[in-house]
Amino acid sequence: MKPLTTEEIRSVIARGKFKDNLFKATGVFCLALALVVIVALIADMVIKGSERFTLDFFLNFASRRATQAGILSAWVGSLLVMLVTALAAVPLGVAAGLYLEEYAKRNWLTNIIEINITNLAAVPSIVYGLLALGIFVYQFGFGQSILSAGLTLALLILPIIIVSTREAIRAIPAMIREGSMAVGATRWQTCRYHILPYAMPGILTGVIIGLARAIGETAPIITIGALTFIAFLPPVPFTETGEGTAGLFDWVMSPFTVMPIQIFNWTSRPDPAFEVNAAAAGFVLMAMVLSMNAVAIYLRYKMRKNIKW
Amino acid sequence: MQIHDQPTLKAEARNLNFYYGEAKALKNINMPIYDKKVTALIGPSGCGKSTYLRSFNRMHDLYPGNRYEGEIRFFPDNTNLLSPEVDPIEVRMRIGMVFQKPNPFPKSIYENVAYGLRVRGENNRRVLDDKVEHALRGAAIWDEVKDRLQELASNLSGGQQQRLCIARALATDPELLLFDEPTSALDPIATAAIEELVHELKKRVTILIVTHNMQQAARVSDYTAYMFLGEMIEFGKTDEIFIKPQDKRTEDYITGRMG
Amino acid sequence: MSANNTSGLPQVSNRLAYNAMRHWKERLIEALLLAAAAVSVLTTLGIVYVLVSESVSFFSHVSIVDFLTDTQWTPLFDDAHFGIMVLISGTLVSSGVALLVAIPMGTIIAIYLSEFADSRVREAAKPILELLGGIPTIVFGYFALLVVTPILQAILPGLPGFSLLSAGLVMGIMIVPYIASLSEDAMRAVPMSMREGAYAMGSTKLYTALHVVVPAAISGLAASYILGISRAVGETMILAVAAGMQPNLTWNPMEPAATITSYIVQVALGDLPHGSIGYQTIFAAGLTLLLITLVFNILGQWLRAKFREAY
Repeated sequence: MKPLTTEEIRSVIARGKFKDNLFKATGVFCLALALVVIVALIADMVIKGSERFTLDFFLNFASRRATQAGILSAWVGSLLVMLVTALAAVPLGVAAGLYLEEYAKRNWLTNIIEINITNLAAVPSIVYGLLALGIFVYQFGFGQSILSAGLTLALLILPIIIVSTREAIRAIPAMIREGSMAVGATRWQTCRYHILPYAMPGILTGVIIGLARAIGETAPIITIGALTFIAFLPPVPFTETGEGTAGLFDWVMSPFTVMPIQIFNWTSRPDPAFEVNAAAAGFVLMAMVLSMNAVAIYLRYKMRKNIKW
Repeated sequence: MQIHDQPTLKAEARNLNFYYGEAKALKNINMPIYDKKVTALIGPSGCGKSTYLRSFNRMHDLYPGNRYEGEIRFFPDNTNLLSPEVDPIEVRMRIGMVFQKPNPFPKSIYENVAYGLRVRGENNRRVLDDKVEHALRGAAIWDEVKDRLQELASNLSGGQQQRLCIARALATDPELLLFDEPTSALDPIATAAIEELVHELKKRVTILIVTHNMQQAARVSDYTAYMFLGEMIEFGKTDEIFIKPQDKRTEDYITGRMG
Repeated sequence: MSANNTSGLPQVSNRLAYNAMRHWKERLIEALLLAAAAVSVLTTLGIVYVLVSESVSFFSHVSIVDFLTDTQWTPLFDDAHFGIMVLISGTLVSSGVALLVAIPMGTIIAIYLSEFADSRVREAAKPILELLGGIPTIVFGYFALLVVTPILQAILPGLPGFSLLSAGLVMGIMIVPYIASLSEDAMRAVPMSMREGAYAMGSTKLYTALHVVVPAAISGLAASYILGISRAVGETMILAVAAGMQPNLTWNPMEPAATITSYIVQVALGDLPHGSIGYQTIFAAGLTLLLITLVFNILGQWLRAKFREAY
């Protein structure tokens, strides 16, 4: 083959450059498409739901009349469920992460545990709902309650918390650990006075991200039977209810609803008036999730500055 | 008439072998450590001096796959430190360590030094204040930090951080102090300060120091051991080793022909 | 007592022996931490137990052959049929639509970010993708039903209010961040030296990307696609809201249909007595779903491990 002439070379290069630029444009276009979806979504919810953004919306219960229907039981329910989720998932997840990084030896048991954690992270959330239905609701008898929901979501986000804990611990240099042990501290003392405190920022970030994920979960909560029309709040401890004074933990066993389910309920109604409610509630949920993620990112940035190795 | 001071034993390695997994890193080490004296370990990179040092305070136990054979006898108990019946935590409460790169905790200067005491359950403020000051004085750094004990340790210079780490080790009144190349990350002035400190400390504590710097060993130690490829080649009084080494390999290393 | 006493005391002195209380306290703490870690194993066992035990009960009434081959899914009718293929068709069609969107879009974004974009663009893209990945699926469901479907109906007249197409498209957008970030990681792990070899010969960026980087990262890319498939198959709310929950054996995306996941939601919304055959169907369906996603997950993990070995 005879060598190309200068003109031929130039045209090859030009074609190549053109293709490069075409691809770059395509790449930017795809990113822009993603951005457009986000913007369209938020704009739609804001515009459609704008007339509902009143204080009443946050303080009213659900109702058959769209204009009077509010998200009170939904956001209270979400908060209470998140409380149970956090109380269950954080100690379990941090303890598990600590064990795997500081205590576990390389044996078959450790391998099985790690494989399980990786697999569980990829199990569809509705399967967690089925697990909860069979075991929490019926076998343990917790019923269709905030407790069941909180425990289910805790199991769901456990892998997230375990992974963040492990990564946070791995970032601590071995010298610090050795320095502590060399002075005669036990493994637990080293964990308690050094490892956990220094890993806290990373762990906290992971917890917040996990909770942000949990607050938007719908499928497992529907599966355990959260009701979609709830016009009451779980009983506040030590107040009078219709059946006498509420105990300290009665709220945990109470029926309830959460934000995503309220949205689901309103979205599924054919009456267009409820679209407005769905849009408004959807926006509130998005705002909750986004602000939690923002807090997590801010915390991670802020705390990272304080620790110098 | 010369009165020789009889050196008493603080510790003694007897037929010590050590394995990192399958690899044999220490081969049949036999060596005395004399009480209230400074013993230096010298040798080229990879000869096993740090491995040997870290056996004394059972640091190898922290990582899986390590194995000891033989004994390190510790006196006055006359017990083998490597025995499975011996608690490594207890060992580390009586034997302190200073690391190659200064590793102060990201806490205040005060808390760094007090840590060893807190770990033993000492929480009385007055006792802690007292012992912290004592340790910082012992490490020749008290005057520089006495007005800023609550500041973060990371604000100190490299040399100061290392002296802080020495104070941290001193706070618990150890009987034996292990130094793992303590000045290799420091500038010459800081190095000189540490060497002077070692000279002072040996009045109270037995010292075992690993160094890759032969001149440092000559300046600082009473006894020197030369190691090569995991074996103890020669051990003796520093003056004798450096002036008239018995083994040719020692001589090669000292004269710079090798290493 | 001379310090050189070599009488060889048989016992370890008090000052070096194990402190019993401290030793047992440490052991106890370690056991508690292990128990926490073992919760993950218990969770898996729990899932398997629940799904299998209810399914065993189910399969004592319904033959596996019928389950796999029947073309109707009407478990709550008097003349009950239990053909899982009906639900699987909905799952496959919606996932297919989703992947037709997510794989090209995700891969293009990944190649663009890894090979072309400067750091400013990458910094801007990261939050966009993270945002997209953080939107709750119910909100995507709302979007699919009330925004995307009307738009599609304007383009494709005759499109019903519920359709696999609408749900599938939105599901695709939801999966893009997963595929984009995993693929980008795979491509960034390809060493620069490989690219430099191509550039040095006058190759353009696109040519290098397509002929050098992508083939080198192919098992990582495949792993990301497979994990994307698994995500699509397991998705529930977008389908429950926008695809209708009517079981319908079809391969046409422009129809409404139920998937394995949306069926379970439909049953849960109703009121089925614990222990009835209708109740058991959701566990049989769940078991099928778990097996399908498990196969994909294991395949994806294996590919990822294989890919990591190469570099």
